[in-house]
Amino acid sequence: MSSDNAASTPYLIRGATLPDGTRTDLVLADGRIAEIGSGLSRAGASVVDAAGLIALPGLVDLHTHLREPGGEQSETILSGSQAAAVGGFTSVFAMANTSPVQDTAGVVDQVLALGEQAGYVTVQPIGAVTVGLAGERLAELGAMATSRARVRVFSDDGFCVSDPLLMRRALEYVKAFDGVVAQHSQEPRLTEKAQMNEGALSSELGMVGWPAVAEESIIARDVLLAEHVGSRLHVCHVSTAGSVDVIRWAKARGIQVTAEATPHHLMLTEDLVVGYDARFKVNPPLRRREDVEALRAGLADGTIDIVATDHAPHPIEAKDCEWDAAANGMVGLESALSVVHASVIDTGLLDWNDIARVLSSTPARIGRLAGQGQGLLVGGPAELTLYDPAASRVFGRGSLAGKSANSPYLEMTLPGRVQATFHRGYATVLDGALRPAAEIAAQGVRTHG
Amino acid sequence: MRHLLSTKGMSRDEAILLLDIAEDMADVANREVKKLPTLRGKTVVNLFFEDSTRTRISFEAAAKRLSADVINFSAKGSSVSKGESLKDTAQTLAAMGADGVVIRHPASGAPHVLAESGWIDAGIINAGDGTHEHPTQALLDAFTIRRRLHRGAARGKGLDGVTVTIVGDVLHSRVARSNLWLLTTLGAHVTFIAPPTLLPMDMSGWPAEAGFDLDAAIDAGPDVVMMLRIQQERMNAAFFPNSREYSRRWGLDDERFGRLAPTTIVMHPGPMNRGLEISSAAADSAGSTVREQVANGVSVRMAALYLLLSGDREDS
Amino acid sequence: MARIVLNQADITRALTRISHEILESNRGAENLVILGIPTRGVVLARRIAETIARIEPTATDVRVGSLDVTMYRDDLGQTRTRTPTRTQVPGSIDGVTVVLVDDVLYSGRTIRSALDALGDHGRPTIVRLAVLVDRGHRELPIRADFVGKNLPSSTEERINVHLLEVDGDEFVSIDGGAAEDAS
Repeated sequence: MSSDNAASTPYLIRGATLPDGTRTDLVLADGRIAEIGSGLSRAGASVVDAAGLIALPGLVDLHTHLREPGGEQSETILSGSQAAAVGGFTSVFAMANTSPVQDTAGVVDQVLALGEQAGYVTVQPIGAVTVGLAGERLAELGAMATSRARVRVFSDDGFCVSDPLLMRRALEYVKAFDGVVAQHSQEPRLTEKAQMNEGALSSELGMVGWPAVAEESIIARDVLLAEHVGSRLHVCHVSTAGSVDVIRWAKARGIQVTAEATPHHLMLTEDLVVGYDARFKVNPPLRRREDVEALRAGLADGTIDIVATDHAPHPIEAKDCEWDAAANGMVGLESALSVVHASVIDTGLLDWNDIARVLSSTPARIGRLAGQGQGLLVGGPAELTLYDPAASRVFGRGSLAGKSANSPYLEMTLPGRVQATFHRGYATVLDGALRPAAEIAAQGVRTHG
Repeated sequence: MRHLLSTKGMSRDEAILLLDIAEDMADVANREVKKLPTLRGKTVVNLFFEDSTRTRISFEAAAKRLSADVINFSAKGSSVSKGESLKDTAQTLAAMGADGVVIRHPASGAPHVLAESGWIDAGIINAGDGTHEHPTQALLDAFTIRRRLHRGAARGKGLDGVTVTIVGDVLHSRVARSNLWLLTTLGAHVTFIAPPTLLPMDMSGWPAEAGFDLDAAIDAGPDVVMMLRIQQERMNAAFFPNSREYSRRWGLDDERFGRLAPTTIVMHPGPMNRGLEISSAAADSAGSTVREQVANGVSVRMAALYLLLSGDREDS
Repeated sequence: MARIVLNQADITRALTRISHEILESNRGAENLVILGIPTRGVVLARRIAETIARIEPTATDVRVGSLDVTMYRDDLGQTRTRTPTRTQVPGSIDGVTVVLVDDVLYSGRTIRSALDALGDHGRPTIVRLAVLVDRGHRELPIRADFVGKNLPSSTEERINVHLLEVDGDEFVSIDGGAAEDAS
């Protein structure tokens, strides 16, 4: 075990740039941000030269698929946590579509514990809305809420809770513990056998189209339900301009709705389907340039509250095949910050304060996650990431830290690079490299007691 | 030509070259020995993940007339239905030394994936992929139209100014898509007529007219009317109420056929639903090319196989 | 620089002589089918047929056509895909004398292909070969019956045949190779 990252080692971060542009030193000690200011010194501290680096509060991903239990050939909680740390994340919400499904207190607590053992990030389980994601009966939402995992986000992601009555009940029920239903908005009948965005390109390629209205109609129904029962609704991976309009309207009415956009929907468009490379197959599908622009504008004006990755690892064989047979989904944790950087920072729509909001404080707040997303404050938890915005790299297999390589960005040049990530006061990534699993596991055991 | 995957993107010169070679191939059918030694020693695999006896035997006849060895690989009852992937199948064929693979697959783009994947080095001919393209069908249709219009003097000619009305299930038709690109590249004007439910949702990128009214389209006096096969299962998916209503509004019945000029070419890619999309009188008329299309299919596929497999593969 | 070895008048004289020789060997113009090998062989075949018709007034129906050999070549896998041209065999060739006509006889492989192609059209009694230029370097046991000009050459040299109908001018020239460097 390396001594420079030992249990009690404080860190002195020199010359970092805060999201508001001011340059400062930070001292991390005992899992907290001990000091912020210029010209700091600390006896015995490991010094991190952060000249030119932006210090962001540790990123929080409200939408991650870690695949464990059941899908360990694609990702494990450890490998997914490593992918998250490399991407600058200090917390991920683990989606419920595991096998067995995260629909009982036992499974969510197991996921929580495996996350603690891995130690790279806080792994906060999401609970299924319905038993087995089957869309028939409510899962034991209350038991999951009161378990050690304190589940507050419930989602059948991958499937839409399409039954309006069931959705209404779920929205109502989670009010008992300040929960939120995160809906995968996809009208199932309108998307039978759907392969890609419905439009001119799907018409040409002869692929069954995935109409925007299949997403928008569910969002419209759900916001009205949320209004009617006075509940919180979270809309997963918004992908169409029409969806942004519906959510904007709902927010103007005072409906308690929050929404996320994925990095890939902020950057990539449907024309990538033309080569039938299944890395670009994802649910919801890549849409038109107009939709990308609307999502960016929605993120800029607050209609879209957060960016969430929908990190969805798949084994090679699930993508190395004909399009129809391929699985939906892309890995996204490792690339998220760079893609957001290219999509909304370089285009002048958001600044780094906004990034701290959409990738840290707001997702933590929507998920009611303690110890995350509190910003960079003296006395606050030492959850932060150091990002080099001037860097540029060809994103490759070596840029990925998870088990799966189904990234749409391979061989693309992306801006920026995460140089360091600190979780609970210890470094999970230093000098752009992941710290070893054994070292991090020891830290996890130490800090979780 | 490295592969034949689609007619979209095919140049006019490429298309005319292929059609001209098909003319030479058609001449072979009139000779004493109806066989050429050209592809002796080459192996062509018919890899069919969907049943289509007509298309398969057409390719088989074409390959055999060029002296290639033909292996038929049907997905039915094979390892494919037991979950073997396209990749494993392709690698098996590569190991067997296939020089050309004729693939029919229910997934749009599967031939493209096969061609680009690196799993197999063979020349790939798309024999119909999902609802995407069926390029040899369009080529044989163009060949048939060109021969009808120009007879013995068809070589070198396009289809400039020819009006073609394609009627039926355009949404699910790879024949319609391949014809759209090929016929327009050759200078024809294409009009699609279908129930609104059976037209693609967004045809803005298609260099064609679209409408719902078959009677108006007939009265416009097209040079060619091509009837597409209507799948009975479409009515279960609410694309139209029933076959009687479909036939009444979008079928080429005797009355509509009678209103066409006698020179109008009536086409159908087969197999036909007589009495549904086309009446027997229309199908068996002098203007009908249904049987010619079958014969021409062999010539066109010979031309495609020749262009794909005869040259130095590294060079093409 | 290319060196002209036959000018237009030389070519005409050679074809006239070949026409006479064909008539002599065939003892007239009966049962004669002249098939040119594309592209320039077809032009030469047509001229020979016209010449025969002129010098043998009884020869009213000298049949002439073209025989494309592309699909019968033995080097299809080694070169770029060749574009075939049209084969037009005028009527049945069973029991007739076929004279194959080509511009240059070199390796003999084209003629081998032509003989294979011919066999798929029927069974002539006699097949003969007429060429404008025989440049040697045979790779197969094939020889011409009627030769316009024997032109010993090195394999580095190139023989160019231009004919009015195809090229707009008319000559046979030779260029390239060691012979040129020496001059």
